[in-house]
Amino acid sequence: MPLVLTQEQEMLRSSATGFLEENAPVKALRKLRDDKDETGFSRALWKEMAQMGWAGIVIGEDHGGVDFGFVGAGLLAEEMGRTLTASPFLSTSLLAATALRKAGTRESQDALLPQIAAGDLVMALAVDEGAKHQPLNTSMAANKSGNGFKLSGEKQFVADGGVADKFIVAARTASVAGDRQGITLFLVDGEAKNLTRERTIMVDSRGAARLKFDGVEVTGEDIIGEVDGGHDILEGVLNVGRAGLAAEMSGAAQKTFEMTVDYLKERQQFGKVIGSFQALQHRAAHLYSELELVKSAVLKSSQELDDNFGIAGPVCALAKAKSGEVAKLAALEAVQMHGGIGMTDEYDVGFYLKRIRVGQEMFGDFAYHADQLAHMRGY
Amino acid sequence: MSDLKAFAAEVREWLEANCPEEMRTPITGDKDICWGGRDFTFQSEAQKVWMERMAAKGWTVPTWPKQYGGAGLSRAEEMVIKKEMKRIGARSPLDSFGIWMLGPALLKFGTEEQKLEHLPPVARGEIRWCQGYSEPGAGSDLASLKAKCEDHADHWLVNGQKVWTSYADVADWIFVLVRTDQNASKHNGISFILVDMASTGVSTKPIKLISGNSPFCETFFDDVKVPKDYGPDISSVVGEVNRGWDVAKYLLTHEREMIGAGGGGMLDSRGPGEIAASAIGLGEDGRLDDPILRGKIAQTEIDGWAFLLTMERMKDEAKAGQNAGIGAKSSMLKYYGTELNKRRYEVLMDVAGSDGLEWEGERSRNGDLAKSWLRTKANSIEGGTSEVQLNIISKRILELPDA
Ligand SMILES: Cc1cc2nc3c(=O)[nH]c(=O)nc-3n(C[C@H](O)[C@H](O)[C@H](O)COP(=O)(O)OP(=O)(O)OC[C@H]3O[C@@H](n4cnc5c(N)ncnc54)[C@H](O)[C@@H]3O)c2cc1C
Repeated sequence: MPLVLTQEQEMLRSSATGFLEENAPVKALRKLRDDKDETGFSRALWKEMAQMGWAGIVIGEDHGGVDFGFVGAGLLAEEMGRTLTASPFLSTSLLAATALRKAGTRESQDALLPQIAAGDLVMALAVDEGAKHQPLNTSMAANKSGNGFKLSGEKQFVADGGVADKFIVAARTASVAGDRQGITLFLVDGEAKNLTRERTIMVDSRGAARLKFDGVEVTGEDIIGEVDGGHDILEGVLNVGRAGLAAEMSGAAQKTFEMTVDYLKERQQFGKVIGSFQALQHRAAHLYSELELVKSAVLKSSQELDDNFGIAGPVCALAKAKSGEVAKLAALEAVQMHGGIGMTDEYDVGFYLKRIRVGQEMFGDFAYHADQLAHMRGY
Repeated sequence: MSDLKAFAAEVREWLEANCPEEMRTPITGDKDICWGGRDFTFQSEAQKVWMERMAAKGWTVPTWPKQYGGAGLSRAEEMVIKKEMKRIGARSPLDSFGIWMLGPALLKFGTEEQKLEHLPPVARGEIRWCQGYSEPGAGSDLASLKAKCEDHADHWLVNGQKVWTSYADVADWIFVLVRTDQNASKHNGISFILVDMASTGVSTKPIKLISGNSPFCETFFDDVKVPKDYGPDISSVVGEVNRGWDVAKYLLTHEREMIGAGGGGMLDSRGPGEIAASAIGLGEDGRLDDPILRGKIAQTEIDGWAFLLTMERMKDEAKAGQNAGIGAKSSMLKYYGTELNKRRYEVLMDVAGSDGLEWEGERSRNGDLAKSWLRTKANSIEGGTSEVQLNIISKRILELPDA
């Protein structure tokens, strides 16, 4: 597969750019924040996105989706990164839809996928149990109870968890933290008994949640995949999330960079535009080069998800690691090269800096993925 | 696609039958590279045979048209050959400045007669070229070059000095940038001229590098008479007189891509992680017993992989006709690839520890790693420094104003 977009993909991208710039600019996120919006995104906007097929971008046509593949999904994520659009795209349309499509029961697929594609159902993936992403260390207890299980434990950093109608929860049915074997994925209703959630407003003004399970009851029908065999499915789903976040951060970083270069051409000091100072030019040119590497890794990761889903782990790790580092650099350089104005809330750069920090952390930061890659390569 | 598959099968079979066993071992240094040329001493019979067989197929320069010594293949077919060669670990049959630099420039700016005269000997490895661009006073500011070239009706008269001319002492011909109009503005009086190194008045003096090798020279031109034509319609000047800067710049984009590409791989085909695993050892959890070094290795491997993908993407975009700005993008590849290669060799030196510091003797293959490490320092200087590449990116791609 050549590393270029098809015409269809180019069209999707340009229609997304236009739509988002008009309907979901950074101003919209700012307003959600200032209004202390309960949902954290606009349901009306999400519904509109769903009507364009975005919510069902990786859902099959038989379930109301458009089946555009992960490259298409990556393009949307990238464009949403440029405008910092708040939506349940990642949590619901990438993570949950992939989990259901790849491993859900026929019944759950028939019941949930059409609702996701229609923009009527919000879902969230609950994995992390500590401050750092360590899915293998999942230790939330899923104890046998009757012909089902009882879930007990805590989850955090659950994107869109404050408003999700349903959760996909990783828990341990066997073995101990650190073992691949013994992890099982469960579908849990948002209103389930003995489940409490605390919405956590994050630094990027987007919503996440901490969940507390005090013996939440689930049945065998709520299992996604096999009992004890959830690890590989979870990794597949996480890879989709990593590639999606990488694409989003790539978009956010590109936009931040463009704002910076524009500012370099506009702001004058010492009687000339600051963009004529070589010290700044070289930093900008270096950043440009790094961004080119990110674009390549991001595109490759989503192509690999489309073509070789089962072995896409390494390149998704690459994309996530590289995009996080470079997006961070783009955000830091943006603030620095804007001077004082970059530190003001009124200016948009800060929003990018904050979202990128969240994106870096979610589903594994640079160190996590560098460690994974090193391990895969035998050192 | 199925055509490519059939082609791959054909290539595989031919390589199996024709690539000598000795040419399927990794290259361990400059000495293993086949440069060709009148006076080239082949390292082995196998090296000679391998070059000749590939040249006969046109596969030393697969994408060049057949009449110029190539095989007239598409880039996709060239990739197939490269892949199949890589599969059996085949060495490159021939490397040269003629292939990387002069060839692309002649294909674009040369006349039919010039191409027919100069390209086939390059493809066959018979003539070795060197590059006469830099001068003592003209490095990064190349266009300020002074080598003087006067029109003497039936010949050109060249006087001046070049410096850092790689392999000038072993090259047969040189492509030189000279000033043909003393009065024109800096970029407008330069010509691109081809000179036989055997001409009277051309002399070279090797310069020793920090690696101990002397791969480059000072090159002197004292009243060198260069014919206006090397035969009917075979002008010694490529492109128009006084428009040599266009040729020079175009050639540089190829040179930069080539140098930058070094950032994607390295002589030793084992990655630093793998080398470190055997040199330092792994802990019980399968992780290198030196976590800080391990992190550094991972960082360079991540950047290396993303860089390889970027070269791939640039090629694919060019193929799809999407890469109008490839000229300036070659500066990005040059900058990133060479800085990366330097970083990688720093890591390799860290990994090797004191073993890597041995300079002589069998054990270190005469300081192979140390010398390669030192050689990489030039990557970000030769072909235009990193700072110059960053300037080009700033101006041409980001469109930032001059200071
Ligand atoms: C191994 C090797 C092989 C070579 N082979 C050849 C060859 O075959 N043929 C050939 O013609 N040349 C060759 N060169 C020469 C090479 O192209 C020059 O060395 C290079 O262009 C730099 O010129 P310089 O050495 O004069 O450095 P200078 O131009 O003097 O640069 C010195 C320092 O100043 C910086 N600098 C200069 N201008 C600027 C600016 N505008 N902004 C910011 N920083 C700046 C440079 O980046 C560098 O760090 C080779 C060089 C090496 C090291």
